[in-house]
Amino acid sequence: MNLRLHIWRQKEPGAQGMLKAYDVADVSEHMSFLEMLDVLNERLLENGEDPVAFEHDCREGICGTCGMVINGRPHGPEPKTTVCQLHMRSFHDGDSITIEPWRASAFPVVKDLVVDRSAFDRIVQKGGYISVNTGNAPDGNAIPVPKVNADLAMDAASCIGCGACVAACPNASAMLFTAAKIGHLHALPQGHAEKGARVYNMVLAMDDEGFGACTNHLECEAACPKGISSLFIAKLNTEFVITSLL
Amino acid sequence: MIMELSGRTPLGSLTDKWEKHKNELKLVNPSNKRKFSVIVVGTGLAGSSAAATLAELGYNVTAITYNDSPRRAHSIAAQGGINAAKNYQNDGDSVWRLFYDTIKGGDFRAREANVYRLAQVSGNIIDQCVAQGVPFAREYGGYLANRSFGGAQVSRTFYARGQTGQQLLLGAYQALSRQVGLGKVNLLTKKEMMDVVVVDGRAHGVVIRDLVDGKIESLTADAVLLCTGGYSNVFYLSTNAKACNVTAAYRAYKRGALFANPCFTQIHPTCIPVSGDYQSKLTLMSESLRNDGRIWVPKERGDTRLPNLIPEIERDYYLERKYPSFGNLSPRDIASRAAKEVCDDGRGVGPGGKGVYLDFADAISRLGRKVIEDRYGNLFEMYQRITGEDPYSVPMRIYPAVHYTMGGLWVDYNLMSNVNGLFVLGEANFSDHGANRLGASALMQGLADGYFIIPYTVGGYLASTGPGTHTEAVRNKAAEAVQHSEEKITRLLAINGKRTPTSFHRELGKIMWDKCGMARNEQGLQSALVEIPQLRDEFWNNLRVPGTGEELNQSLEHASRVADFLEFAELMVRDALHRKESCGGHFREEFQTEDGEAKRNDNDFTYVAAWEYNGNNAPLMHKEHLHFENVELATRSYK
Repeated sequence: MNLRLHIWRQKEPGAQGMLKAYDVADVSEHMSFLEMLDVLNERLLENGEDPVAFEHDCREGICGTCGMVINGRPHGPEPKTTVCQLHMRSFHDGDSITIEPWRASAFPVVKDLVVDRSAFDRIVQKGGYISVNTGNAPDGNAIPVPKVNADLAMDAASCIGCGACVAACPNASAMLFTAAKIGHLHALPQGHAEKGARVYNMVLAMDDEGFGACTNHLECEAACPKGISSLFIAKLNTEFVITSLL
Repeated sequence: MIMELSGRTPLGSLTDKWEKHKNELKLVNPSNKRKFSVIVVGTGLAGSSAAATLAELGYNVTAITYNDSPRRAHSIAAQGGINAAKNYQNDGDSVWRLFYDTIKGGDFRAREANVYRLAQVSGNIIDQCVAQGVPFAREYGGYLANRSFGGAQVSRTFYARGQTGQQLLLGAYQALSRQVGLGKVNLLTKKEMMDVVVVDGRAHGVVIRDLVDGKIESLTADAVLLCTGGYSNVFYLSTNAKACNVTAAYRAYKRGALFANPCFTQIHPTCIPVSGDYQSKLTLMSESLRNDGRIWVPKERGDTRLPNLIPEIERDYYLERKYPSFGNLSPRDIASRAAKEVCDDGRGVGPGGKGVYLDFADAISRLGRKVIEDRYGNLFEMYQRITGEDPYSVPMRIYPAVHYTMGGLWVDYNLMSNVNGLFVLGEANFSDHGANRLGASALMQGLADGYFIIPYTVGGYLASTGPGTHTEAVRNKAAEAVQHSEEKITRLLAINGKRTPTSFHRELGKIMWDKCGMARNEQGLQSALVEIPQLRDEFWNNLRVPGTGEELNQSLEHASRVADFLEFAELMVRDALHRKESCGGHFREEFQTEDGEAKRNDNDFTYVAAWEYNGNNAPLMHKEHLHFENVELATRSYK
């Protein structure tokens, strides 16, 4: 198939960016979206032009490195699919595709489609962990964890930290990301000791980083490549209110 | 001068060595720990766990990653699980059995004492991870669940759906994040290690390049830990993440660290086959699928019928036929070679005949679709997304692909290389898997090294050497190393030829796969020794990298890594050429039994080949002879 791409080009942080058009011919339906961009970049390189900078690493949908807004949707048109796992069979000959970076002031553009997501790390550093030094642990079977809790924890813990939730949210809120980490740790008995401080500190960190507030649009859930449920946001809100009252 | 290397394994019985060694290692007083600084390069399982644990102990830690966050490291992609000798299943498992399976699985080319220690600490890893909140799979009673993996006859693999690596890495990442938040770890992201600062045989720091603004600088410390993963991407197409590279390890090698057994590479039997020339990487399908999937090809050559139309009697379940006691759970090297053999015989399936079926029809009719969904749902989804085929109704097509490298920098029992103060952890070292790694053991080794071994051995080193980084000699050497790295970048940018870094990488990968891949022979290896230098010459004369070194320049990053692969590949081929035996992942066609199995030569090759960089001359090989005092060197049979 032949495609016309409109790609956001921006030389460096703070620079003026613009959408630039590129034609890509003979795209196979078996290619991944990123492989299609690889083909474009090889051609740009051969012509001595600056290739499109985009982030990617595992290309298996698990590392969370890749991410771009495709025709207005983070990670593109397929549900529960990262852009590295999106294949060209989801597009048609003659399609025009607009490709932009995540848009959020807490995720400044570094170059082209690359954004700085270190704000996510800083939120985790404020409480997204269980304080247990190496060597302190009792036997793994000492505390039984009901299977439903373990499964719930795993549902939340499958977050890959890609940032699609922020990109999808009209307020650029990081609520689903934060709620997923809290939901994971609070579903397990090991996470209970620090419950209150965790939820309080992580929510404050989210605000400090410049993410917007959550107004329940739930676009995040629709965009999440791991299908993380917005119910975790409700749980976070409940716990935040309880912690604030105590 | 050729040395006989010693692994400096402590004396005493195998079962007591580690305990005894821990008791004998010198300690650093708690209030003195903050006077020492440690650099940890790489933040995968080994790096994150080491950085977090050392910071908990009180050392000043700097952790470096080329990713935008420590959570991205490729450990995250491990699917199936982590082994531990907990014997929760009461099925006869023990530390000894995990040790023996690992030594035998590695085809008797690993150091006994290291492997035994690994099995000993395996249980602690599970405990630690549970305490951190890793959501391992549980039974209805709330206790930890296990499954089986290749090369073992007990169920000792712990898992978190098909995302075990992700969950373990996030556990280590969270422990690391806690220390970053407490100010005990200085976390540097988007920085790539370019060199090690070595003065008088001791590591004093590293040179790093900022991938966003291109700035190159040196950092000094009292010890340096390389946790930089493996080199599978020398083959271009592998299951590794795109950024995985050999640069850190290779540049340490060029500064004097020995590189051990580089030819020991693992080909994983269950990957999604290549679909076209544009293919950028290969995707693994977890080995755990072989618990319930049956592998087969048609009995007749050129049978192009749809799989559902081939009757049972005309199918060859070749693993079950050849290896009845392990069947579909035969170890990776064996299963990979068997797949190659049937495909070479013209019985492969799918485009180009490079594939075999992994069929769940029996398991679905026996257990029901729901059970299979629970066990492998996310893997089936992933397969369908990539291939467009539904594995619940059509068998998966799989083919072997490069996955892991057992070779790596040589380390002693303390995980220290021959360069003092330069420690190597996880996949980057050579130590525990011999010539073939068993499934679910990479996660175990990375975390064993980081959580439970290095905190003791680094302490022992620092206590006996004391701080010593701020001398003028170190400053001069660091400045020289920075300049050296800058010159290399300038050179890459100045070639201004016609070919892209990817085109060279692809071509190198093809040479390596054809000549130094699943099967190797003298003639092929000799021709690779001619082709690689030619390609390297062309690279340095005809490479094109646009842009500058002072901005985010992904082509430049790639070119710099390919430059090292082009040198390293030759070392790998030399090692494969010299090892005139077949063992584990290293299969030399000249050395096989009548029924096509690997034929080891224990008389001549029961050693670790550790290569020393020798400038423009051929590298020198040193040997560490492996002494098996507790196990008998047996022919490895899974029949």
